[in-house]
Order: sequence, then structure tokens, then C-alpha cells
Amino acid sequence: MTGKQKRLVRLTACAALCCGMLPMAGAMHIMEGYLPPAMCIAWGAVALPFLAAGYFSLKKRVAADRRALTLAAMAGAFIFVISSLKIPSVTGSCSHMTGTGLGAILFGPSAVSVLGIIVLLFQAILLAHGGLTSLGANTFSMAVAGPFVSYGIYKLCGRLRINKMVAVFLAASLGDLFTYGVTSLQLALAYPSATGGVAGSVVEFLGVFAPTQLPLAVLEGILTVITMIALESYARPELRAVGFGEA
Amino acid sequence: MTKKNKKTIALLVVLCVVLIAAPVLALRGAEFGGSDDAGSDKVAEITGTAYEPWFTPVFEQLLGGELPGELESLIFCVQTGIGVGVLAFFLGRFVERAKWTGDKAKTE
Repeated sequence: MTGKQKRLVRLTACAALCCGMLPMAGAMHIMEGYLPPAMCIAWGAVALPFLAAGYFSLKKRVAADRRALTLAAMAGAFIFVISSLKIPSVTGSCSHMTGTGLGAILFGPSAVSVLGIIVLLFQAILLAHGGLTSLGANTFSMAVAGPFVSYGIYKLCGRLRINKMVAVFLAASLGDLFTYGVTSLQLALAYPSATGGVAGSVVEFLGVFAPTQLPLAVLEGILTVITMIALESYARPELRAVGFGEA
Repeated sequence: MTKKNKKTIALLVVLCVVLIAAPVLALRGAEFGGSDDAGSDKVAEITGTAYEPWFTPVFEQLLGGELPGELESLIFCVQTGIGVGVLAFFLGRFVERAKWTGDKAKTE
């Protein structure tokens, strides 16, 4: 990152902090118009520094080795596919996966935010799924919080010398679950329950999302592992280009 | 692709199919609505009133109503199609490349 880019990231980070001071009330696909405007702006501001950092990190990777672009496109496409599939779950309702784990493992968490927001925009504008007003909040949960957890878990597993594919599985599925955890929190902040306050609301929303999402998180883990095996078998030069460890 | 990898993938794919099919078979007659809607219901439950979203999706405003179900599935398919297209295109190139360069590490 050049000095100018660093300054920009820092600036947006400051702005995010300021907005964070506001009552942080405000989740994965939160429905259009369901968050009060102040929260929409606050979550947008929180997501912005990650987007800026992500854009620069992607740009740097591609400049360093153009083959990174191919992998970035594939990671983005993976999110496109995965998040378009509505899967039936044990609770009798449907939900979909996030697909952000693969990108987080390959490119690091901030770069995924850029890939994620493309998908969120597509769905918000054309499908009325998520929304433009809740874009900031959705970006934060799906394209920032989830990938950061995925990346952290993957790195941790690396330290603990856990089998690489197991690490990929854990990273992708837990990242997926965490996304929904953040969504619940965001909704709870906007709608604290009359009896239990914010904490009570978190439990309520988690009660809706968690059981539905659990099998899907497992599914996401499996699909990410399959893609990873395919890439390791055929795309070694590209994986090396993004610094993905040969093991 | 090693033999072991092939086996692993086959096993994982079967597992995926089971994971998806099991709830459908187990919960016959369930509606399988979206969990986003379940979220809205929960909001209504907590606030005590049906929540009136303060902003309607741009596309719905344009259409003056909800996107018809068939069109919605069309757009979801377009999304999947774009994704699969990109993935398959590059993966196909990789596989061919491995074949032509004859790199043992990649083709074994």
C-alpha cells in the first residue's frame, strides 16, 4: 500500500469510529427498510475502511502477479453461485450460504469485502433480497465479519498444524455461522425486546437464524473444501501467486 | 487429481446431496419460506406491530409491486449462471493447461 492509500484507509477508519460512537444500533441479509436510517449510515461507515483496504490489497496483489486476478474472479464467482442457492434446512425454511470463506482464505479478509459487496448489490437491486439501505450492515456482516473469522480460524489451524482441508472446512463453516450471528446482533440492536433488551432480542433472532443456518454452514464448509481440492490439483501456479502455502 | 482426492470429492458430494435432501424428505409439507421473512416476522413479534419498512426496494418501486416469483427465480438463475460460468471457464483452462504442460504434480 502506498502512503496515499494508507492515509485514505486511516481516514475512513476514523470516520467509522466516529459513527461507531453513535448508538450502534442496527445484520446477513437484513430486509430493505428494516433498519433506522442512522444505523444504515453507521454500518455503512464501519464497512467503508474495510472496502478501501480490500480494494488496495486486491490491486496490489494483481499488480504483483496478474494470475491473482484469475483467482479473485473465481473467488467472486464462488460467492455468486453459493449465495444464489437457497437451500432447504431442518427448520422448514430456506436460507442461503455466504461463500465468502474461500476468498478470505485465499486473499485475506479485507479483499473479500470487495467481492462480497458486488454480490450484495446485485441481490439488493435486482432481487429485493437484502437492500440498498441495509447494504452497509449486510456488507459488514457478510463481507467483513464472516471473512475475518474465517481467516482467523484458518490461520489458527495453520499454527496448530491441523490438516489443511479440515482447516478450510472449519474456516468456511464457522465464518458462515458468524455472519448470521452478526446479523442477529445488528437486528437486535435495532429492535431491542421490551422484556430482555438487546440481549433478549439477540437470543430471539439467533433462534430464528441459527438452527436454519447450522446445516448450511456445514454444507458451505464441504463445498469450499471441494473447490479447494480442485484448485490445489489444477491451479498451483495461481495459488502460489497469491501466496497460498504449498503444503 | 489423485485417486484419493477423487474419492474424497465423491464422498463430499454425496454428503451435500444428503444434507439438502434430508430436510425436504423429513419435513413433508413444510413451506420452506425464506429465513429473511422469518426475520421480519420476528421483528413484528418484538415490536408488537407489523413493521412498516421505511424504504421499498428500488426495483419494486419501479414495478409498482413485488417481483413475480418466476422472474425472481430467473434472476437467481442468472446469478448462479454467471458464477458457474466464470468458475467453469477458468477451471477448464486449468485442467487443459495441466494436461498440455504435462506437469506431473498437476496431472497425477
